[in-house]
Amino acid sequence: MNISAMQQARVAAPAAATTIKMHTPEPSFQEREFAGTVGTVTVDNPKIVSRNVNVYYGDKHAIKNVSLDVGANEIVAMIGPSGCGKSTFLRCFNRMNDTIDSCRVTGEIRLDGEDIHNQKLDVVQLRARVGMVFQKPNPFPKSIYENVAYGPRIHGMTKNRAELDELVQLSLEKAGLWEEVKDRMDQPGTGLSGGQQQRLCIARAIAVSPEVILMDEPCSALDPIATAKIEELMDELRANYTICIVTHSMQQAARVSQRTAYFHMGDLVEVGETSDIFTNPRHKLTEDYITGRFG
Amino acid sequence: MLLLVLLVLSAGGYQLGRRRSLAVSADDGAAPGQRLHSLPSYYGFHTALWTGIPALILLALWIALQPIVITQLVLSDLPAEVRLLPEARLNLVISDIKNLASGNIVSAQVDPAMRAAADHYLQLQAISSAALTVVVLALALGGISIGWRLVSPEFRARNSVERMVNIFLVASSSVAILTTLGIVLSVLFEAIRFFQVVPVTEFLFGLHWSPQTAIRADQVGSSGAFGTVPLFAGTLLISAIAMVVAVPIGLMSALYLSEYANRRFRAVAKPLLEILAGIPTVVYGFFAALTVAPLVRDAGTSIGLNVASESALAAGMVMGIMIIPFVSSLSDDVINAVPQAMRDGSYALGSTRSETIKYVILPAALPGIVGGILLAVSRAIGETMIVVMAAGLGANLTANPLEAVTTVTVQIVTLLTGDQEFDSPKTLAAFALGLVLFLITLVLNVIALYVVRRYREQYE
Amino acid sequence: MSNFSDPASPAAATARSKRATDLMRQGLAARHRAERRFRRYGLIAIVLGLTFVLFLLTSISATGLPAFQQTYVELDIYFDPEEIDPEGTRLPKTLSRANYAALVRSTLRHYFPEVSERRALRELYKMVSSGAGFELRKKVMQNPELIGTTETIWVPTSDDVDMLVKGHIDRHLPESERRVSDQQIAWIDQLMARGKLEKRFNTLFFVNGDSRQPELAGIWGAVMGSVYTLLVTLSLAFPLGVGTAIYLEEFAPKNRWTDLVEVNINNLAAVPSIVFGLLGLAVFINFFGLPRSVPLVGGLVLTLMTLPTIIIASRAALKSVPPSIREAALGMGASKMQMVAHHVLPLAMPGMLTGAIIGMAQALGETAPLLMIGMVAFIVDVPGGPLDPGTVLPVQIYLWADSPERAFVEKTAAAIMVLLGFLIMMNALAVYLRKRFERRW
Repeated sequence: MNISAMQQARVAAPAAATTIKMHTPEPSFQEREFAGTVGTVTVDNPKIVSRNVNVYYGDKHAIKNVSLDVGANEIVAMIGPSGCGKSTFLRCFNRMNDTIDSCRVTGEIRLDGEDIHNQKLDVVQLRARVGMVFQKPNPFPKSIYENVAYGPRIHGMTKNRAELDELVQLSLEKAGLWEEVKDRMDQPGTGLSGGQQQRLCIARAIAVSPEVILMDEPCSALDPIATAKIEELMDELRANYTICIVTHSMQQAARVSQRTAYFHMGDLVEVGETSDIFTNPRHKLTEDYITGRFG
Repeated sequence: MLLLVLLVLSAGGYQLGRRRSLAVSADDGAAPGQRLHSLPSYYGFHTALWTGIPALILLALWIALQPIVITQLVLSDLPAEVRLLPEARLNLVISDIKNLASGNIVSAQVDPAMRAAADHYLQLQAISSAALTVVVLALALGGISIGWRLVSPEFRARNSVERMVNIFLVASSSVAILTTLGIVLSVLFEAIRFFQVVPVTEFLFGLHWSPQTAIRADQVGSSGAFGTVPLFAGTLLISAIAMVVAVPIGLMSALYLSEYANRRFRAVAKPLLEILAGIPTVVYGFFAALTVAPLVRDAGTSIGLNVASESALAAGMVMGIMIIPFVSSLSDDVINAVPQAMRDGSYALGSTRSETIKYVILPAALPGIVGGILLAVSRAIGETMIVVMAAGLGANLTANPLEAVTTVTVQIVTLLTGDQEFDSPKTLAAFALGLVLFLITLVLNVIALYVVRRYREQYE
Repeated sequence: MSNFSDPASPAAATARSKRATDLMRQGLAARHRAERRFRRYGLIAIVLGLTFVLFLLTSISATGLPAFQQTYVELDIYFDPEEIDPEGTRLPKTLSRANYAALVRSTLRHYFPEVSERRALRELYKMVSSGAGFELRKKVMQNPELIGTTETIWVPTSDDVDMLVKGHIDRHLPESERRVSDQQIAWIDQLMARGKLEKRFNTLFFVNGDSRQPELAGIWGAVMGSVYTLLVTLSLAFPLGVGTAIYLEEFAPKNRWTDLVEVNINNLAAVPSIVFGLLGLAVFINFFGLPRSVPLVGGLVLTLMTLPTIIIASRAALKSVPPSIREAALGMGASKMQMVAHHVLPLAMPGMLTGAIIGMAQALGETAPLLMIGMVAFIVDVPGGPLDPGTVLPVQIYLWADSPERAFVEKTAAAIMVLLGFLIMMNALAVYLRKRFERRW
């Protein structure tokens, strides 16, 4: 998350945010329930429920009172200009923000009804259930095999080498990488191409059998062909996993997701069915963004 | 004093050169500074350089040579029986004369010959300094006039000043090379002379070290033994103890500070630990000899062990303490060079901090850490004061850390701090030891620096 | 296991993931224990390190603090004309050669009239430092009017008395095992009772040069030696280091030669300091014939030793000046030298100064190479310039640490405290400079 960019964006457009609200159509009662967000925040079959989440970096208020549900086996895309807080919000779901010293998260996030900030909940277990793929492919400087085997190994998820081998193969297959790397499993993961590295990272995340996969702009460092492969993969993965993806590309959000959430300067401005958002945005800011007036 | 005058003269030269340049350009009817090649101040600097540099060089040479020349002159006037004294006595006589001359000795009965010599010395000194003043001033004034005359619109003062500065820059950068060259040559030269007396094989593989050779050839045992194996064994033992102390503590504290500690704790603990790095080694030596060695000995005695009062353990432990900040700051650097993305990747899979450290960060940082440890080893091997003050003198081939051992550096110091003539095998042996020490640390450093550099490039 | 082979089946997937989750849960407690253990190791390492710092500093200051006080005895000295200047000439020569120790002795006899046996008298005389006589001489030489008058002055006692008063000599030991006799203890107690013996601030420690008598030994000679040595070092190392850094960073072409210089500088930074001492001995003393034990040679050796530190720091400072500034200056038509002199150098100067101060701090604490060039000599006089024989603070510490007298132990620790004080000041200055001029581009 680029804090300074976020700050700049806020400095640049405080006046705009207030005046633009005028253009908003009167929201229905149900929609007004969650401060300031246009559209339906809730879903019928929620995997993740978040309510009134606030995130602070030191004095900076990075996420303001955001509430959003993520349904089981659906892909939710989070879009918005740089520094709008979408990545920060994503990182709340597996408490990755804990690793940043100055970061403070308040509000309520439930995974399968269980509060993830509960003292009794183990962050280690949470992260095994909610996997994450990062913007830049970050394979460990180890062999391809070791990269995938790392997660199962630290969690003690397999009993013997044969099981582990099978799990590694399965994960790589699911990530669509097996055919390309099966002959060079002992070569360093850093030697793969960017797209392959990112799929390796996905395989790595899948290997610990997560329920949710968070993807933080997974294709921004990749070329179009690699991007297409990953998008295809996401569609396949949807059968077994719930996926949240942060993306810079509106086309990508339109292609892969069922629901889309638009973030602006720490606010969740609008959320809805992807087709609705892109064809019929209800909030002026959303409209400006998707029509390319800023971004 | 003379330096001040020179400084003033150079400043004067600057002013003159500047004025002259303005005057020259004004003569041509143009606006001041217009037609000159360079800014007036460059003409000033040029003149000032002409004033100062030749005079300074002469001054330095004069001062360096004056004592030698004067001493020789005084000596040649001394009675023959004094001149034929052995060198050590002769030096005493000379220092007596100097003391007399400076009025430090106020005793009644002074040898008239000495008195005369002292007067002669004073007189020569007076002549010399008077001559020096005159010559240097003349040179400076000559410089001014040359610089002054060179000033003309066509003259490229800036280029010439810049050329001189450039020469200075190149010269200063070659000092580093000259230093290395000086080390290698001086150490090598004396070492070769040593190896003419003592064969290399005996030096490197001999098991017995006792350099206490007799000063006169007719004494018994005039050829000492120069086998360095016990010295290197001792050095290794103490360094190994030091590393056993420093590496775990240094590495673990670096890991804790960079991976666990919050910012406030880090801001307090890190500088406090680094105090250890700023403490002079002689302080550690005193600490080792006065506090730690008795502690170790008492602790040993209380559990029924016989510990030498200059045990390798005490010296090694204190050396380890000294090296802790070295290891920890080098490790801190390499650990911080591991990209945050690696950590994120590992945390996102649900690994704990210690798992991330053990399975991701340490393997990734390993080359850098190894490089850092090699540097630390090279430092431990070359460390002098702690072992001089807290380790033993007797060469003792043992692996028992409770006994006293000696090290290469201790022997160099003991061989060279006594009053010996310079050519005895004993003093030459120190240079041979120095050569080996230099080579070992050089190899360690080259490997370590190479490894660390490769490591850094990997993540840049 | 068999259901692994059919990844597509949702049931298989659920079963597998449940099994994995169970396995994972089993291992959790052990993993958290390992985590806590590891964290504890880290904390222990830091606490150990900090304990060492604390232990070292407290042990040294506990040893050294008493040395800032010294036991003095009050003597009513009658400047006896018979003893000092029987002929009444008042010539400086006569005055300087008089037997002042006799004045001290007569006062002591006066204090304890009952003592008459020769051996007892000698013990009595030994209680006052031999420096007392010198002090009287100095007073009389300054003011000959004193002769014939009586004045009360405080003079230092001998180190043994001082040690006893400070409690470093155990008075309950059998007489044969301590350096102060029963008789002397009795006198000390009497003098104390009469208020003629007390601990006062030890000025001598700060104004005297070295001495064989611990009660007279001071650090001023070593401090001045350090000052001259550092002056030589600073005036050579700073220009040379900055020059090298500027050349390598701004002017040098990238070729084999500059690569060599660079590798060479990095290596020099890690060469053991004692090797520099060997270099100094072989080159400056044997080859150039410079005198031993002088701050000039010490300064030269330390110059070579600190040069790499200064070069590396200066280069870092130059590197931190953004290239845009250089381009701007060159774009205005400045020559490369002007660009460096007018723009880059002023911006890099604080960083360079910081590096120089750190290099000087390193040089101030260095001992080993100075041993090689003979700065270990016992020198009483305070050096008056870089060509006078002298020693430096760390070497003085080394010399005192080697001395057998008990009183030198606390002097050593006190000298260490002074040295550390200087180092702290220098480092604080460096930190201040860095904070004050820190600039982010």
